[in-house]
Amino acid sequence: MRHEPTAASLSRPGGQPVGAPSAANPAANRDVTTALPEAPLPAVQAALAPKTETRAPNRLRPLLRWESALVVALAATVLVGAATSRQFLTSANVFSNVCLLYGELAIMTLPMTLVILAGEIDLSIASTLALSSSLVGYLWQQGWPMPGVIAFVLVTGALLGWVNGALVTRLGLPSLAVTIGTMTLYAGIAEIVLGPAIITNFPSSYTTIGVNPLPGTGQLLSFSAAVFIVLAVLFGVLLHATPFGRSVVAIGFNKEAALFAGIRVKRVKTLLFMLSGLTGALAGILYTFRLSTAESDNGIDLILPVVAVVLLGGVSIFGGKGSLAGVVLAVLVYTSLQSALLLTNFNANGLEIVTGGLLLLSVLVPNAGQLASRARSLAGRRRLGVAAHAQLKDGTP
Amino acid sequence: MTSPLAWADGQPGTAPSGSRRLVDLIFRARELGIIGVLAVFVAVAASVQPRFVDSQNIKFVFSNTVIFALLALGETLVVLARNYDLSVGSVLGLSAYLSAHLFSQVHGIPIAAVFLVGLAIGLGCGTVNGLIVAVARVPSLVVTLATLYIFRALDVLIIGGGMVVAASLPGGFLAIPTSSAGAVPYLAMVVAGVVALGAYYLRSFRSGRELYAIGSNPEAARLAGIPTGKRVFTAFVASGAIAGLAGVLWAAVYGTIDSTAGYGYELTVVAAVVVGGVNIFGGSGTVIGAALGALLLATINQALYVLGISSFWDKAIDGLLIVVAISLDHWITVRLTAALRKRSLQHAT
Repeated sequence: MRHEPTAASLSRPGGQPVGAPSAANPAANRDVTTALPEAPLPAVQAALAPKTETRAPNRLRPLLRWESALVVALAATVLVGAATSRQFLTSANVFSNVCLLYGELAIMTLPMTLVILAGEIDLSIASTLALSSSLVGYLWQQGWPMPGVIAFVLVTGALLGWVNGALVTRLGLPSLAVTIGTMTLYAGIAEIVLGPAIITNFPSSYTTIGVNPLPGTGQLLSFSAAVFIVLAVLFGVLLHATPFGRSVVAIGFNKEAALFAGIRVKRVKTLLFMLSGLTGALAGILYTFRLSTAESDNGIDLILPVVAVVLLGGVSIFGGKGSLAGVVLAVLVYTSLQSALLLTNFNANGLEIVTGGLLLLSVLVPNAGQLASRARSLAGRRRLGVAAHAQLKDGTP
Repeated sequence: MTSPLAWADGQPGTAPSGSRRLVDLIFRARELGIIGVLAVFVAVAASVQPRFVDSQNIKFVFSNTVIFALLALGETLVVLARNYDLSVGSVLGLSAYLSAHLFSQVHGIPIAAVFLVGLAIGLGCGTVNGLIVAVARVPSLVVTLATLYIFRALDVLIIGGGMVVAASLPGGFLAIPTSSAGAVPYLAMVVAGVVALGAYYLRSFRSGRELYAIGSNPEAARLAGIPTGKRVFTAFVASGAIAGLAGVLWAAVYGTIDSTAGYGYELTVVAAVVVGGVNIFGGSGTVIGAALGALLLATINQALYVLGISSFWDKAIDGLLIVVAISLDHWITVRLTAALRKRSLQHAT
């Protein structure tokens, strides 16, 4: 059976043991994280489902990858955007309505991807941005030299992340609860640091990043967008091509198994939270210079959009499943859709309906196959029930 | 033996009576702990600034607490079953605006009818959440994060740039939060009654106990024959309905309603629930604890205000409190588990 996996043998009910694909094909092992959740249906369900359909999902799976769907969505958005507004594809729109507005949000999705992949969450990253922004303003006001301010803020960001990591790994607390707490705590410290003050007297050599495109990018990219691209490559390599990145996915997929496989789960998680804090601080510095304003609630509302974009990128909220390419695509879909809608004079405040709708689609569509098969098995069960009932009725009189 | 914590969830017949008593004591002690912290804050604030315990101030704290206590009740039902409802703030906003708007649309509409409309809006939103979570079986954290945006966007699209002002609301409606017996508003008593009903339901009804079972171990609960989908669905509907009611109250308390009503409440509510000793992963906790958590957060903020500490310290102290509360809760749980294991070993031998 194994050397000749014909359609007949595959479509036989229960004729497809869970381990078979990976045993027969070593290359499939690499894909085991994505293959397992969609493991063959239990024998009962397989027996109830129409026999010819058992194979279809296997053939369609590469086409149905979430990343492909995002590429289609991106293409559709760009086409519709270009069709509805002449301005959509202009460099001015790309620069000021996409790159400038969403640069920091995009940057924060990168560490968030890794944290969620490891089965944790960091809801405090936007508060880290706010606190960093406040610190930049406060220290600059105190007469620190700007390079010193930046260095101090970055170190502080990593420290804030370490606090999260220590609470999660050393005390064994759930990160969802810990970071709801530190989200409030860090935002609170930002208010203590800066109070009601708004600091705007930053040197123009730093604040030009909020006005001018990066030279040599054809008037397209903002400084923060360029940082995002560089970081996306770095994070992509880190996640997909280093032992550290692979251990992140392994932890998210099965923490116990990862531990037994010799991965230092606590250390990896602590490092991830520190990375998240560090990147949040960087986003805070960029945010401050872009707006040339340090205020205690800078960027505080970005937390839910950041999580939403990561999930839209196909990262499982339970960890262990997802890719950085998906998240980068989701960033592009999200930002281009928002700017397209802005240009069509859609009620700017109603844009959130798009965020919500996309997010809902991102969890419903990948589950549609399962949903359909469950509906089928339910219908089948009902059919069986009706048949049994009819039999009973026929038999009893 | 299964996890000793399962006993704490009230599965009958598995726990020896000794550990049962211990569990009861510690669970009561958890709520007592919150009351203790509350008492310390009140005592310190009152000794420094006697104005803190005058009836005006107490009234203010209560009217601040009622809305969060209600939301915390709904959220607890959902969190106990290891789910999250992040959409409560948006549901509250939608219900607050639409119900208050009715007063200027339909002249002489009875106040009770407006409450029913708010309840219906909440029920509708909760049904949407519940259906998606229970039928499509997708993680509720993601679903309600999405509906948080969708309900809020609906709110914004309906309101446009408009708002409801207090002048357009009938006096009887605006008097709801302010009328009181001494220092305690009637509204606070009603909410306390609702919370008590919720506590009774969770303690003594089969479907209430089943929420704990689902939160402890969803798979085991399903195998034990509990209709997990139905229970989770009901929890979301209840949470939505409560948020809808809270929206009407919000309108009565604040009077001016625009599209930002209830913005960002979701995480505060989760914070109150967690401070109140409800396990963020479900399976343990009480609605009384959650309501006390909401009361504690409101009291602390008011205490800081009365003590003349800059309001810029509020958030940091709230955050610190949340971190301390979950750490403490975890510490107690670990001790409790160890104690129960020891007891069960003694019992077995």
